[in-house]
Amino acid sequence: MIDILINNLPILVVLCPLMMSLFVVLISNNFVSWLLTLFATLVTFILSILLFQEVQIHTSISYALGNWMPPLGIEYVIDKVSIIPIIIISSISLLSTIFSYKLMPFDIGESSISKVYSLWLLAIAGLIGLVTTGDAFNLFVFLEISSLASVALVAMGAKKDKQALVAAYNYLIIGAVGATLYVIGVGLLYSITGTLNMEDLSDRLKEIDNNRALIAGFGFMITGIMVKAAVFPLHIWLPRAYSYAPSAVSVLLAATATKASLYILARILFSIFDISNDLILNTLNYIILPLSILAMFAGTIMAIFEKDIKRLLAHSSIAQIGYITLAFSIGTKASVAAGFIHMFNHALIKGGLFMAITSIGYYLQKRITINNLSGLGKQMPVTFFCFILCSLSLAGLPLTAGFISKLYLIKATLSSEGIWIAFLILFSSALSLIYLWKMIEALWMREPSEKIVINENPFVYISLLIITFFNVYFGLDASLIVNSSIDAANILIGDTK
Amino acid sequence: MISSAMGIWNYCIVFILMMIGLFLVIGRKNFLKKIVGLTIFQTSVFLLYITFGKITGATPPILNEALDTVYSNPLPHVLILTAIVVGVATTALGLSLVLRINSEYGSIEEDDISAQDLVEYHDEIETSKEFNTKFIK
Repeated sequence: MIDILINNLPILVVLCPLMMSLFVVLISNNFVSWLLTLFATLVTFILSILLFQEVQIHTSISYALGNWMPPLGIEYVIDKVSIIPIIIISSISLLSTIFSYKLMPFDIGESSISKVYSLWLLAIAGLIGLVTTGDAFNLFVFLEISSLASVALVAMGAKKDKQALVAAYNYLIIGAVGATLYVIGVGLLYSITGTLNMEDLSDRLKEIDNNRALIAGFGFMITGIMVKAAVFPLHIWLPRAYSYAPSAVSVLLAATATKASLYILARILFSIFDISNDLILNTLNYIILPLSILAMFAGTIMAIFEKDIKRLLAHSSIAQIGYITLAFSIGTKASVAAGFIHMFNHALIKGGLFMAITSIGYYLQKRITINNLSGLGKQMPVTFFCFILCSLSLAGLPLTAGFISKLYLIKATLSSEGIWIAFLILFSSALSLIYLWKMIEALWMREPSEKIVINENPFVYISLLIITFFNVYFGLDASLIVNSSIDAANILIGDTK
Repeated sequence: MISSAMGIWNYCIVFILMMIGLFLVIGRKNFLKKIVGLTIFQTSVFLLYITFGKITGATPPILNEALDTVYSNPLPHVLILTAIVVGVATTALGLSLVLRINSEYGSIEEDDISAQDLVEYHDEIETSKEFNTKFIK
């Protein structure tokens, strides 16, 4: 019995939210549909923890879908690399489902809750499937499942603000172009190798070099995924989509959606292609590295001048994605490990910050701007306390998770790229203190503009407390994240470097 | 010369269609025309896949007795069947969003909409306008 469960884990972790989403749409009672969603995300989380333990023993689990053997059939692979985004997605989706209990009716009204939860589960299933699959075309299907579901979720923000519709439309069009570019790339690679399985693809690509279709295919794939991951010049859809989405949706998307795409980026760069290849080396050094540095500064500077808080956090996400791609672009074992550490920590940090800010919006019942925040810190101590800890973590102060990722990133940069890049990283994280301070100053030091009494609701802050706890916990004892990230980097980079 | 040009004929058409589609998506300000462009863009990719599935002189992939039969590759067709479904879903979602945008803004021209948004955004930030509270009990 247990054996059957263990053998089928890679598919169960995708099927659980997918099937439940079909079921939830039929439920008319709001509370029951929330409860079922919670149950599905809880089961997904437990399954992913089981997978994590299993991967520690067997290093890699392969599942042949429909029992068609891998190079021909679709294969689901879970190894020490893909388990990191799976854990991120399943844990954040569990926490944000708890968080959404009060926030969802507040944002979208009582009438369509169960349909929204169905989309919510579909988005989660798409994201987990994206990470689990070992088939390049199947990946496209999951990419579209997750992005269509999240577009619909973003559009639900229209009940509050009609700009959500335009945000969702732009997200849809840009996302669809990105996914189509990825398909063109897969098609070109398929035309020269005749396979879609990622492992098989990387074996066969080693024998081909200097083929123009290969270069074009690589370019199309990378560009498509960079659109989805919101790497700097392709990030236009992100700030609007995150700021007009319903509160709970912002939390889910900000913490998970780009992480899954960044994982795919790493897979394409290091796993399908090879770091020793000149093509990849040049792409990393002359395209991704400069773009990441631009992202770090552009994102931070846009955040400094922004007055709308949700949009400010979205701009800061662009800068943080810059750190992760910077870590990938250096291409050593230590730096790729640092990239994965930051991927995990950023999910915790941004999840926490978005939860804190959107719950302030819930109490205020207003769009959250800097002026609206005045003096609220004293009114809502728990939320404010969590907000401060997450902000410190974002800036990378010691004893928080953000410090660990900055530490490893800077150590990796110093050992290979020299002092300038490390200086730029430190400088941009110092700049990020400006916008964090702007918010903290408004919350704590200004006098409230009008007298409002706020009673914090435990249902709103419980998941915020949990996520903040982990922000601090992983700052004190980061061995779990660090070890699994180093394992992941060892698999991706291999012995070539 | 001519035969080699005929060999890449399909690919030429694919990339011409692709560029037309991409141009429409980027260049047009009308939300509906952008969706038309997106559909053309996706269709060009379908044609690309079908083209490299075809082997000159090969039969359709239906098993027959003769041993030396060359079959065309059926896999790209199957992949494209999936991609068509995804494309239809994308178009449907896009069109429904355009409908909603039209009913909320009274326009589907990007310039009109961003002008309205800009005014609204400014009002919201400076005056901290209250949310529409009809959904809050």
